[in-house]
Amino acid sequence: MARARATQPIARAIPAPAKIAVSLTVNGVERRLTVAPWTTLLDALREHLDLIGTKKGCDHGQCGACTVLVEGRRINSCLALAVMQDGANVTTIEGLATGKALHPLQQAFIDHDAFQCGYCTPGQICSAAGLIAEGKARTPEEIRELMSGNICRCGAYPNIVAAIRQAMARS
Amino acid sequence: MMNFQYSRATTVADAVRQIAADPTAKFIAGGTNLIDLMKEDVERPSRLIDISRLPLKTIEETADGRLRIGALVPNSDAAYHPMVAERYPMLASAILAGASAQLRNMASVGGNLLQRTRCYYFYDPVTPCNKREPGSGCSAISGLNRMHAILGASESCIATHPSDMCVALAALNASVHVAGSTGERVVAFSDFHRLPGQTPERDTGLHRDEIVTAVELPTEGFAQNYTYLKIRDRLSYAFALVSVAAALELDGDTIRQARLALGGVAHKPWRDKAAEAALAGRTADRAAFAHAAELILRDARGFAHNTFKIDLARRAIIRALSQAARGTPQSQSSKKIR
Repeated sequence: MARARATQPIARAIPAPAKIAVSLTVNGVERRLTVAPWTTLLDALREHLDLIGTKKGCDHGQCGACTVLVEGRRINSCLALAVMQDGANVTTIEGLATGKALHPLQQAFIDHDAFQCGYCTPGQICSAAGLIAEGKARTPEEIRELMSGNICRCGAYPNIVAAIRQAMARS
Repeated sequence: MMNFQYSRATTVADAVRQIAADPTAKFIAGGTNLIDLMKEDVERPSRLIDISRLPLKTIEETADGRLRIGALVPNSDAAYHPMVAERYPMLASAILAGASAQLRNMASVGGNLLQRTRCYYFYDPVTPCNKREPGSGCSAISGLNRMHAILGASESCIATHPSDMCVALAALNASVHVAGSTGERVVAFSDFHRLPGQTPERDTGLHRDEIVTAVELPTEGFAQNYTYLKIRDRLSYAFALVSVAAALELDGDTIRQARLALGGVAHKPWRDKAAEAALAGRTADRAAFAHAAELILRDARGFAHNTFKIDLARRAIIRALSQAARGTPQSQSSKKIR
């Protein structure tokens, strides 16, 4: 019975897998960690490396709060296994500023008041950095479409688009 | 997520060996669907075999002018590849109609083919679902079924295949290259996915010890007269209620050849040779398009909440064929439907 299945004890015993050594270059610094196979990149960043700027929203790839750049490309870190990223270059929100100088996108989000609660903002900014690097969005319509993987429940979308346009013009 | 073992495949042959040796193992590439299903306790593999480092990441033209897309090419790289964008713009458009930019960067072409339905009951392990738990029943038939199938469904399952990319691949007569314990084979795209029948737990005809290695496109790309029109509940980043891949080869106003595939309406991308044949030789006008729509939808049947999709599909088909005939394909960033 399907209904019984959720509460059934696990029928097959799987030996506890050995933790696996992973090397990541995070924001330019090589970091070595040991993780279980099911540790997501998001949990590795937040729980193992104490980089809590990257946010856990839905944890199902639907909200974009966990967006980081891997080899310069934006991905949902909640759906990526840390073990599969061994050897990768990862950039998080903590790695965008240069010393005390904010990244142009960070400054643009402040200039345009592109957030209210701020929870989605690290993901929005990393996603926008990926978007600008991809070079496929030129018009506000295209920015909106290619930022649709980042949900803002405060509804700051018009200001987010304005902030990205500002940073794009200066990049 | 349940406890699982992790290993990497070093070659395609090694991947096949590893999957054949462990009946409850699964391959992982982009992981965008599989990890999500594992978090929901729908998929519970004993082992993940990481195939993401296999050399299946190139897009190349074959000696006879076909285009071969490696199974591990990310969806975004496929959509933006110059040869795809120029020769197969309907495929590029369909890919860009699906998911989000982040997911397209992660998801592989092979994984797109193998993604599971987004039926709410399939995703919810405490409800009966024949696809998830064979023999337990279908909760959707008498439950919430707004997103469900109107064509090719069975008493066991009314789930739809969620892919946009696959709808264009079906219309383009693509083929799927697979490798397994007994060797390699090529499967016509229309034979790759299956209808649910009495065994909805099987989405495709792929054997358990087989791996998708590439998708191949014939030379004919319908780059002049095509569209991919997707209708959904919000303007971006949502699964299709109905989508239409339409492609025409025209001689003036006369249709020489037509391709028509529907997404969001069945357990697989839906094509109908009779509807396409009825368009051939006719003037590309609304009457011909409406007739093709009647034909492809002639066996459509709705359930409590999705009967609207039959009329929606009819209108979307007529609109899509009109867009294709005019050479004004649907833009995936401008949401105005013209």
